[in-house]
Amino acid sequence: MKPPRFDYHAPESLDEALDLLADSGPDARILAGGQSLVPALNFRLARPSVLIDINGVAELAGIEDAGERLVIGATTRQRAIETSETVARRVPLLHEATRYVAHLPIRTRGTLGGSVANADPAAEDPAVAAALEATMVCRSRRGERRIAAAGFFIDVLTTALEPDEMLIAVEFPGIPDGAGAAFAEISRRDGDFALAGVAAQIAISNGRVADARIAACGVGPAPLRFRDAEDALLDSACGPEAIEAACDAVAASSDPHDDVHASAAYRRQLAAAMARRALNGARARAGGAA
Amino acid sequence: MTAASPAGYIGRSVPRREDRRLLLGQGSYVADLVLPGMVHAAFARSQLAHARIVSVDFARALAEPGAVFALGGAELAREMPPIGGMQVTAPKGWAERVDHRITLPPQNLMASDRVRYVGEAFAVVCADSRYAAEDAVEAIDAGFEPLPAVVDPEAASAPDAAVIHPDLGTNAVAELHVEKGDVAAAMASAPHRIRRRIRHHRYAAMPLECRGVAAEYDRRTDSLTVWSSTQVVHWVRKELAFALGMAEEKIRVLAPDVGGGFGGKGHVYPEDLIIPWLARRIGRPVRWVEDRHEHILNAAHSRDNIHDAEIGFDDTGRILAFRDDFIVDSGAYSPVGAGVAYNTTAHLLGPYHIENFAGGTVVAITNKTPNAPYRGAGRPEAVQVTERLMDIVADTLGMEPADVRLRNMIGPERMPYDVGLPYRDGVPMTYDSGDYPASLRRAIDEIGGIEAFRERQEKARAEGRWLGLGLGCYTEGTGVGPFEGATVKVDASGKIVVSTGACPIGQGHETVFAQVTADAWNVPIEDVVVLLADTSTLTMGYGSIASRSTVTSSMAIGDASDKVKAKVLAVAAHLLEASEADLELRDGRVAVKGVPDMAVSLREIAAAAAPGWLSRRPEGSEAGLEATSYYEPPTVTWAYASNAAIVEIEPDTGRVRIERYVEVHDAGRLVNPGLADGQVKGGLVQGLGGALYESIEYDEAGQLLTGSFADYLLPTAAETPPIEVVHMETPTPLNPLGVKGLGEGGAIAPPVVIANAVTDALKPFGVEFNTLPIRWQDVRAAFDS
Repeated sequence: MKPPRFDYHAPESLDEALDLLADSGPDARILAGGQSLVPALNFRLARPSVLIDINGVAELAGIEDAGERLVIGATTRQRAIETSETVARRVPLLHEATRYVAHLPIRTRGTLGGSVANADPAAEDPAVAAALEATMVCRSRRGERRIAAAGFFIDVLTTALEPDEMLIAVEFPGIPDGAGAAFAEISRRDGDFALAGVAAQIAISNGRVADARIAACGVGPAPLRFRDAEDALLDSACGPEAIEAACDAVAASSDPHDDVHASAAYRRQLAAAMARRALNGARARAGGAA
Repeated sequence: MTAASPAGYIGRSVPRREDRRLLLGQGSYVADLVLPGMVHAAFARSQLAHARIVSVDFARALAEPGAVFALGGAELAREMPPIGGMQVTAPKGWAERVDHRITLPPQNLMASDRVRYVGEAFAVVCADSRYAAEDAVEAIDAGFEPLPAVVDPEAASAPDAAVIHPDLGTNAVAELHVEKGDVAAAMASAPHRIRRRIRHHRYAAMPLECRGVAAEYDRRTDSLTVWSSTQVVHWVRKELAFALGMAEEKIRVLAPDVGGGFGGKGHVYPEDLIIPWLARRIGRPVRWVEDRHEHILNAAHSRDNIHDAEIGFDDTGRILAFRDDFIVDSGAYSPVGAGVAYNTTAHLLGPYHIENFAGGTVVAITNKTPNAPYRGAGRPEAVQVTERLMDIVADTLGMEPADVRLRNMIGPERMPYDVGLPYRDGVPMTYDSGDYPASLRRAIDEIGGIEAFRERQEKARAEGRWLGLGLGCYTEGTGVGPFEGATVKVDASGKIVVSTGACPIGQGHETVFAQVTADAWNVPIEDVVVLLADTSTLTMGYGSIASRSTVTSSMAIGDASDKVKAKVLAVAAHLLEASEADLELRDGRVAVKGVPDMAVSLREIAAAAAPGWLSRRPEGSEAGLEATSYYEPPTVTWAYASNAAIVEIEPDTGRVRIERYVEVHDAGRLVNPGLADGQVKGGLVQGLGGALYESIEYDEAGQLLTGSFADYLLPTAAETPPIEVVHMETPTPLNPLGVKGLGEGGAIAPPVVIANAVTDALKPFGVEFNTLPIRWQDVRAAFDS
C-alpha cells in the first residue's frame, strides 16, 4: 500500500496551479484534502504522473456571504463548514449534512471542493449541491465556467470538469425565509459512506409547499435529485399522505446497486425511509407550516 | 506456591507497567526497527483464487530502481521445506477416544506450482524502500493458467469437486466423530425433535498492528536475530531452526511491543521463516511490515462453519439428545490442524447436562485464506448452535428461554462434573468449579429481570417499537497445556528477575506477572523485573494463545520461585547462623522471625550465593540463585459466563440498536481485576463486531470483496453499546492461585446473544436468525414476511 512514483508540485497561487494543470496533461491530479485520493494512491487505483497540491493556494479557502448566495472556496475544510455559524444560518442543509461526512479527523482535513469534484455517489456534499442547485465555479487557463449541479455530476466519480479545469468554489443559494431543511442518512457504522442519505429543503407559504428540493446519495451512480417527489409535495399541505407519496417517488426513482453492504432492494427501502425522516424534519423546521 | 499475604498484589488493579512507555510514544514495534543496511521486503500475491503458475520472470522487477533481490516460490521450495508436520499434533488420549481421519495439506512457504487463494505469496522482492519493493513487485511478469475455484465448502467436499491439493485426493482433509450415550435411541424416543441449519460466518483477528518480521544475520557468529510481531516466539525459533538447519541457540526470536494479536499471530507463518532466510541469503537485515490490505488477504481468517444440528427434548424442556454435524471451511491450508474444529465440538455441551451427544466434523479445503484460531477459537460457533437451539426449544414449548437453560444446567452441587468427552489435550473433560445457574440468574437480574422486560416489550410493540431480549451461556476450557516455562533468578542487585514464555499482545503481562512474582517473594513490585517474548531468556517456552498465560506462566513462575527461595533461605540461614525454620522473607530481606534487626537483604544473599573466592554460601551447596521450571497443567480449568442483552429494532431500516449488554463472567480468582475487566470488555466488542458488522466476503470466483477497512467493518466506539461486566470469582482447585484463563471469554457469546435478541424482538413475524452476521437488510425484510 504505497503509491507508485509521481511528480509533486505545490503551487502558491491559483494561476500557478492552473498553469501546472494545463501543462501536465490529462494524467495530472489535484490534491486537496487527500481523504479519497491518498487511499486511492496507496492502493494504486489512482496512478497520476503529476500531483498538484493546492493546499498552499490561500485564495481557494474561505466562506463568503455574497447576498443571495454563499460562496465556499474549494479547499475550505469540511470541519470549517461544520463549525461555521454563517453556513448554519444561510445553508443549514449543508451544515447538517456535513456532520455525516466520515469522522472528525477526516472532516478536519477533507475539503468541500474535493468531495464535490471527486463525485463519490455515496458522498453527502454532492447530494446537497444537487438538492440546492448549487453552482460549481470552474477555472482553467482558458477562463471560467459556471456549471449548475444538474450538469456537473455525470456518473460514478465523473463530473463535467475538463482535464485542465479546477473546481475553485461552490455557490449555494441561501435558504429562503420560512423554509426548512433536514438531512437524514443511514450508514453501516457511524461515519461510513451512506447506504442512503436524503437531503430535503421545503419552503411553505400560506400553508402550501411553495418549493421542495429532494436529493439523495448512496442510491445511484451520482447524486440524484427527485423531481417526481418534489412535484408530489408542491402545492400540498405537506401532510402525511403527500410525504408518503414523495417517499414512494424517491424509492421509485432511486437507482441503487448491490454490494457486500446492502442489496439494491434494501437501499431503495432505505432511500424511502431516509426521505421520510428528512421531509418530516424539514417540514417541522419550515415556517408557515400548515 | 505460597499463598499471597492479604496485603499482596494479587487481586488488586495495579496500574499497568506497560502504559508509561506506550502512552508516551516510547513503545517500539517491528515497524519501528531500523537496522543498518536494512532492505524492505514486499510479496507478490496471487490475484487469482486457484491457478497453475506458468512462469515467473524477475528481469523487469530487478531493473526497478532500488531493487536488490527477488525470488520465486519454486526456487524457495528447493531451499526450505514446506510447513507441515510441525503444527499442533493430536494427544494420545484424544486420538484414542475420537474417531478421526486427518491428512493435512503441506504448505510451501510460497506457492511454487499453483496458487490456492487470493493473497497467497508466490514471490518476494527486497529493495531499498518499501515503495521501491512494491514497484518491483508490480514489475514481476508472472503467467497463470486459471483453475476452477472451489469456494463453497459443501461443494468442496462433493466427489466431483476440483481437488485443491491433488496429492491428498480430496478436499475433505479431516473427519472427526465423537459420541457419548446413545444418541440415536434417545433422539428416536424424544417427544420433540427439531433440526436447524446454523451458520457462523468468516471473520478474523484485526489487530491495530498488522504482522511484521525483521531479521538480521551475523556472519561472524553464524547467528540470527529475528523480531516478529507474534504470540509464539519459541515456536517461531523451533521452526526456524528446522527450516534453516541451525541450532536453536544460534537463533534469537523476540517480539517487541505487539499491537494486538487475538490469536491471529498465534502460529508460525511463512513470512516468519522467509524473512530470516532472506537476511541470511542477502547478508543484509530485512524487514517486512504487513499492510492492512495484506493482512486482510493473507493473515489467517477464522470461524466459517455450517452446522446441521438436531436436538430432542421432552415437554418440560429437558434435553434428551443432541447431535451436531458441521463443516469447517478451512481455506486453502490448515495451519493448526483440526484443533479448532474439535474445540467447537468440545464446547457444544456448554453448561448443560446432556446425556446423549454426537458431534461430527468435516474440515474442507477451499480456495480461500487459511482458517486458524481467532479469539474464541471454535467456541463462538459451538455456542451459537447450542444457544440458538435453547431458544428454539423454548419457543417450541412456549417456555421462557431462561427456564429451558436453567432446567438443563449443571448445578454447583455436581462439581467437579464429568462431561463424558475428551478435551483436545486428551484428558477427559471435567468442569472443575463454578455456579452456572447463579451466573445466569445474576445476568438476568442485572438486565432488569425477565418479567419486567416482557411487560416493557409488550407495551413497546403496541407503540410499534420492537424490543428483544437475548441470552447466551457458555463454558470455556482455559489454561491449556502442553506446558509453559519460567526462569526465576535473584541477580546481583537483589532484584527478582523473571522470564517466561508468555508473549504479551496488550493484555498487561508485565504487570500481571510482576504481581504474581512480588507476592511469591513478598517483595515490593518495583523489585521485580519481568522479561517476556525473548527466546534468549528462557530455553523452552510455548507462548500466549488459548487463554492460557495467566494460568500456565504464573504456575511456572511460582514453581521456579519456590526452588530459588529454598536456596535463598539456605544461604540466609548460613549467613545469620540461624535455622531456616526461624526465617521469613519480607520486603526484600530475610530476617529472623521476631528479630527484625537480624536480617540480610536479597542483594547480600545474592552476593553470598555467587561462585568464587568471595562466596559465603553453605559448604557443598550449588552457587547462584536461579531456577527454571516447566509447568505441565493436568488439564484445562473451565471459565464460564452468562450473557444478557436488550436490543431495539428500527422498523423502517432494520437497524439493530443494542440498548444494554451484560456479561457475568467467572475466570476464577482475578490477579488484576481492572485488566480482567478491560480484557473481557474488549472481547465483547469483538464479539459484537462478529454479530453485526465484521464479515469476510468472497465472490463465486474466490475474489475477496472486503479487502480494506472501508468494507471490512470493525466496530468502533460509536457502535459500542453500554457494556456491563460482573465478575464472579470461583477459584479453580487445579492450581494454588485459583486462577482460570480469560483472554477469549468476551468474544464467545455476543454473536448468538444478539441473534437471540433480534429473533425475540421479531417473534411476531416468526423469523429465526440462525445465520451470522445479522444484516439489517434481513432484519428489515422480516417486517415484510
